[in-house]
Amino acid sequence: MVRFLARFEAELKRPLRRRQGSTVMQEPLVMLVIVAIAISLLLFVIYPLYSVLKTSLMQSDGSIGLGVYRGLLAKSYNRRPLANSVRLGAIVAVVGTVIGFIFAYCTTRVSLPFSGFFKVVAMFPMISPPFIMSLATIMLFGNNGLITKQLLRGMVNFRIYGLRGLALVETLAYFPTAYLVLSGVLQAIDPSIEDAARDLGASWWQVFRTVTLPLAIPGIASALLLIFIESLADFGNPIVLSGDYQVLAVQAYLRITGLYDLSGGAALAVILLVPSLIAFFVQKYWVSRKSYVTVTGKPSGQRVGRNEPWVRTAAFVICLILTGVILLFYGTAFVGSFMTLWGVNYDFTLANYHHVFQVAGEYIKDTLFLSTVATPITGILAMIIAFIVVRKEFFGRQALELTSMLSFAVPGTVVGIGYILAFNQPPILLTGTAAIIIILFVFRNMPTGIQSGIAALQQIDPSIEEASCDLGADSGTTFRKITLPLIAPAFFSGLVFSFVRCVTAISAIVFVVSGRWKLITVAVLGSVENSDLAQAAAFCVVIIAMVLSAIGIINLLVYQPWKRGPHRAPKESVISGGTEPWIGTA
Amino acid sequence: MDWYSVELIDVVKIFGHRDTDRDPIVAVDGISLRLIQGELLTLLGPSGCGKTTTLRMVGGFETPTAGRILLDGKVINDVPPHRRDTAMVFQSYALFPHLTVFENVAYGLRMRKMDIGSITAKARHALSLVGLEGMEERQPGSLSGGQQQRVALARALVVEPKVLLLDEPLSNLDARLRAQMRIEIRKIQQALNMTSMYVTHDQEEAMSLSDRIAVMNHGRIEQIGTPQDVYARPANRFVADFMGKKTTFLDGTVMTLDGNLMHVKVMDAVLPFERVSDVTTGDEVELVVRSEAVDIVPPGKGTFPGRIIHAAYFGSQVSYEVDLLGTSITAEIPNPQERDMFMRGSEVGIELKTRSIHVLPKVIDGQVAE
Ligand SMILES: Nc1ncnc2c1ncn2[C@@H]1O[C@H](COP(=O)(O)OP(=O)(O)O)[C@@H](O)[C@H]1O
Ligand SMILES: [Mg+2]
Repeated sequence: MVRFLARFEAELKRPLRRRQGSTVMQEPLVMLVIVAIAISLLLFVIYPLYSVLKTSLMQSDGSIGLGVYRGLLAKSYNRRPLANSVRLGAIVAVVGTVIGFIFAYCTTRVSLPFSGFFKVVAMFPMISPPFIMSLATIMLFGNNGLITKQLLRGMVNFRIYGLRGLALVETLAYFPTAYLVLSGVLQAIDPSIEDAARDLGASWWQVFRTVTLPLAIPGIASALLLIFIESLADFGNPIVLSGDYQVLAVQAYLRITGLYDLSGGAALAVILLVPSLIAFFVQKYWVSRKSYVTVTGKPSGQRVGRNEPWVRTAAFVICLILTGVILLFYGTAFVGSFMTLWGVNYDFTLANYHHVFQVAGEYIKDTLFLSTVATPITGILAMIIAFIVVRKEFFGRQALELTSMLSFAVPGTVVGIGYILAFNQPPILLTGTAAIIIILFVFRNMPTGIQSGIAALQQIDPSIEEASCDLGADSGTTFRKITLPLIAPAFFSGLVFSFVRCVTAISAIVFVVSGRWKLITVAVLGSVENSDLAQAAAFCVVIIAMVLSAIGIINLLVYQPWKRGPHRAPKESVISGGTEPWIGTA
Repeated sequence: MDWYSVELIDVVKIFGHRDTDRDPIVAVDGISLRLIQGELLTLLGPSGCGKTTTLRMVGGFETPTAGRILLDGKVINDVPPHRRDTAMVFQSYALFPHLTVFENVAYGLRMRKMDIGSITAKARHALSLVGLEGMEERQPGSLSGGQQQRVALARALVVEPKVLLLDEPLSNLDARLRAQMRIEIRKIQQALNMTSMYVTHDQEEAMSLSDRIAVMNHGRIEQIGTPQDVYARPANRFVADFMGKKTTFLDGTVMTLDGNLMHVKVMDAVLPFERVSDVTTGDEVELVVRSEAVDIVPPGKGTFPGRIIHAAYFGSQVSYEVDLLGTSITAEIPNPQERDMFMRGSEVGIELKTRSIHVLPKVIDGQVAE
């Protein structure tokens, strides 16, 4: 994401030969691939959105018009979800960015003991299912919560459902986005600039205020907008925790699944889409161009830790508190999964896990199957698109890039509604099939893979590929033998990312699951709706276990510790190999 | 053979005219060139004059907007790079970082589907040609700049291209290595009798290794000829100014034409020069005065009086900036140990070595002066 920001600037400054000059016309294979990709993007990205828009304009008498919107917005209780969503998003964006910045500063600019541990814990929320924070929050602060009921004995009348709870949970869930963006930005700032300021007599605080902070401003703006988008799109947490603080993503879902009001749901989806797209375009075309930081690919020698003792102490305490809170939430969910009935009966039991594996075994099986099919398709397609966008010159290149990135900004709820509207009738009848779920996974999870592929490709001198062509290799061979091995780290981190997203997805997928194909996150949702928190927690623990094993397996495949040879290209772990893709909407 | 190894006919390259968001850039503006078998031709010119673009069009990485490119008499405009019998040495070397030195060199042979035996033999031979025996299994990242450069050269040579393309291949090396490598490149090129196009902005490099030099400016060729031609007999003011360390232009008027000589009035002296075509009696001309064509002599002697503005001692030579009747002129005197040396402010005499001075018709606003 950070390289993603720097890219636009680099592009502006150096328009010279980013791509091979050979025109696509000379290469029928490339041409064919481009056409195929364009068609599938039209079909699975644009067409569903178009269907949402069309349905929202379908008035009850069958004519086309704004009647549905007028009807919706006429009633004040219908206007509230929009205001609520935006307010929640703004609060989460600001608090999350502040926390993310502090954490990024502490881990990149201050030398701390256990900083590796802090970084890992900060990444937890990115690889866990969306509900888990809410579950833990209810377990701790709900009506029967450990803190509210057991510790405080109901002395304070505290309601966690609503804005307060949501803001807490989403801040914890999304501050890692800010952390990643900003630690990238801070790392890219040459430390010698700060040294120069110190050398000229500035104190730590003056350096921070006059140098570090101003240089990070574009990154901060990006982080704000990205978290805002994530919060708007959040479905998993509000459905558990929103109480009567209604937000758009949930209202659109309820309108369709509860009231069977397709037009109304579609209209709410469009209303949800508007602020998300605005934030996305502001980020992409405005903020990212303001960046001062150019990522050279050569991080100038990381020198940290010449700070006053009080700065280091403060940073350490902050990191400790933050990781402590995150661990408290995860620990609560973990412990809770072994309890008979949280809040009432704290007896140890394995019944919840028994249920997960016996009764809901099918959910796990289907989830694994669908994710395992979707993940490699996503990864390979993303790399091909990244390659074409960066290295080939053809009509509509920018449109193709933008379209493939679009689902990054479109809330899952909108996509889900689009899919049921677009693919529930001939000519493309996909409802109820495995295909619709796999396709949804692929096109939802692809943008981040494309982004990290683009970033990786731009680190590679185009003449390396030209040299290959020059020596007699055609486009396909060059891609296989030269480009692919060089972007392997980005490819594998894209694989991990898309697998994680598959097994933790809920907001879009909840619309397209069927009796035939069951997904584990939907099972969690069921448990939550039955108020069986312990059961839901057990599901979440199993999901996290799946995610961790997948990361382990892919890391193993990349490292191949059993094979020792000179050709083990990727030198980084699949996660550290490309942190950018870990940002996206659920 | 009645055709040339490489031939460019009125080649034009305009960038960005299809992208509507940028103004078109005319990178190459009608270039014609011919290379015979075994010749090394250098494209020389200031940065941005279109050298790289020209080379990349021959390699197939850019498609000419107009004009034709021929290889061995066949038009190759529409042949994609991987089907062209050219091989390029890139400025950045562009070594494949994930392959060993051997695999880098063998890459082009593998693409030509050779059997493993000849691949190994040829790759090893190419590596020994550039002096890299024993480095086969190293990763490119572990090599020094000079070694990487050699790998890049071997990788291009090994496929035995019809024409070798080199784009500022030495610009990333330090000065000493650069001087050494250019001799080596030239020796290998001559030994293999390999037709080559070489791009550089370094005139010393160009003169020391080329058969012919094409001096370029603003996408056009200003002059094409042997190193002696472009240095000693520049075709115009741009070439005269671009070649050589420091060139001063002195105005003059042709007084008389006399066999192989012509007499030109410069300031208040009349001096004999080698006669050039296109000038007649009475014409305004410009003298191309290189620093080595100026001699500094004790005051009272020489053609003109002058005063030293600045003196710099280099050991093997001394360089003076001299005021010649209001014009600043640079003189370079070799081996100053054998000569008188002059201090700043000294009054001196100035002598012009007329055999080293070329005369150009005077051009005012693109028109030859009457
Ligand atoms: N891919 C490109 N797109 C647009 N302009 C280009 C491109 N490549 C080169 N140019 C422009 O063409 C001109 C000539 O460039 P180049 O051939 O690289 O010059 P040289 O190698 O002589 O320094 C320059 O003005 C450069 O900016
Ligand atoms: Mg160049």
